[in-house]
Amino acid sequence: MTFKRSDGRGIEEMRPIKAEVGVVPNADGSAIFSFGKTVAIAAVYGPRKMHPQHQQDPEKGKLRCNYNMLSFSVDDRIRPGPSRRSTEISKITEWALEPVLLIEKYPNLVIDVHINILQADASTRCAGINAAALALAHAGIPMKNLVSSVSIGKLDKQLVVDVDKEEEDFEEGEGSTDIPITMTPEGDITHIQLDGKISIEELKEVVQLAKKSVKKIYEVQKKALKESVKL
Amino acid sequence: MSDKMERQIVIPGEVIAKGENYLPGSGTEKIGDEIVSTKYGLAELSDRLIKVISLSGIYQPRKGNVVIGKVENITFYGWVISLDAPETSFLPLQEIPRYVNKGDLSEVLDIGDMIVAKILDVTSRGIDLTMKSRGLEKINEGIIVKINSNKVPRIIGKEGSMINLIKKGSGCEITVGQNGLIWIKGKNIEDELLVKRAINFVSEKSFTNGLTEEVKKWFENEGKPINE
Repeated sequence: MTFKRSDGRGIEEMRPIKAEVGVVPNADGSAIFSFGKTVAIAAVYGPRKMHPQHQQDPEKGKLRCNYNMLSFSVDDRIRPGPSRRSTEISKITEWALEPVLLIEKYPNLVIDVHINILQADASTRCAGINAAALALAHAGIPMKNLVSSVSIGKLDKQLVVDVDKEEEDFEEGEGSTDIPITMTPEGDITHIQLDGKISIEELKEVVQLAKKSVKKIYEVQKKALKESVKL
Repeated sequence: MSDKMERQIVIPGEVIAKGENYLPGSGTEKIGDEIVSTKYGLAELSDRLIKVISLSGIYQPRKGNVVIGKVENITFYGWVISLDAPETSFLPLQEIPRYVNKGDLSEVLDIGDMIVAKILDVTSRGIDLTMKSRGLEKINEGIIVKINSNKVPRIIGKEGSMINLIKKGSGCEITVGQNGLIWIKGKNIEDELLVKRAINFVSEKSFTNGLTEEVKKWFENEGKPINE
């Protein structure tokens, strides 16, 4: 295949990944995660009492995510504060993380996860979910497993792993399709989104590609958690 | 994992041990014949039981813990105490070792007062405290230091070795609450601040081996050598 990506990466090659836990001293758990130029910080507070009280659930705890892009994270300053997009991504992040959390142990309580995007170069929700999973583990919240997230793109007819901003705006041929996927290291999907057009056969390929990439991300997350403590 | 198990850091979803020789303790789950961690922390084996001890995160109240709390509110039947835990706890009138006139609760413990108490029970409805035991009292003097509650076992040390060393080195009375609040009472403020620095030193270096020796050296550097 002679397909060339704009930054010279291989089609299954991700941007350099970095992860670290314990970056916010005041939070109960925190992590920073980056895909190349995309950087996300996640801070976990709680479990703590749910306020407003009418949202308390006596049967299980709740996960409350807050995704926020900082105004300087993109080239043109974005208006700070909640937007349609950030509210949606917050909800998506909750759904991506909830299946692995053993949240029923915390009735009437809430776990707050604040995700801030320091620098955006596409795949911000994936970086955010990866950072949030690390931060939740770091906060000592019981979980069945970690989750890792990656975005698979389709540029014209070519599938690529980990889309950056330039590729997201790709317009030749069939244009670009962006598919963010979140999985456990075993390959159970907790979240999948699709922005664009794709055939069923190609989507199956996408899932296989994501499974491979998620394992690499998981190793980085695992290393970050294990190396944060020196025995 | 082999038969001789070393202390190791585990992450959620990691297989700690295989086979029927081990039992799952707190922070672990048995899936098939594998014992899987459900928490990020330190895996430890005692007898055949494998458990995971948290290294970070918020304080989880447990029955029997001695804790230091702050009076948040007064009701007709007792006091609402804040322990820096997810849920507030309650100290009923009957669990005070003296007679209290109804309506005069604020004369015994007022809002903002700090107390040493013991957790009587943790239920789904809340946490109940008691002050009916030795060493449980209202805090009237000294200073209170807050550390991460996961470091408390290090501050106390094996069978109290670390805390006794610090007590000896400073001549202060120290009460360690399991929720990470530490009450220091000394003859003068300098001694109390010395203890505060010693505690911060221990919690920073909490994973070093032979920490007791290091603390002895630290006291020497501070000009207060400990003579056995």
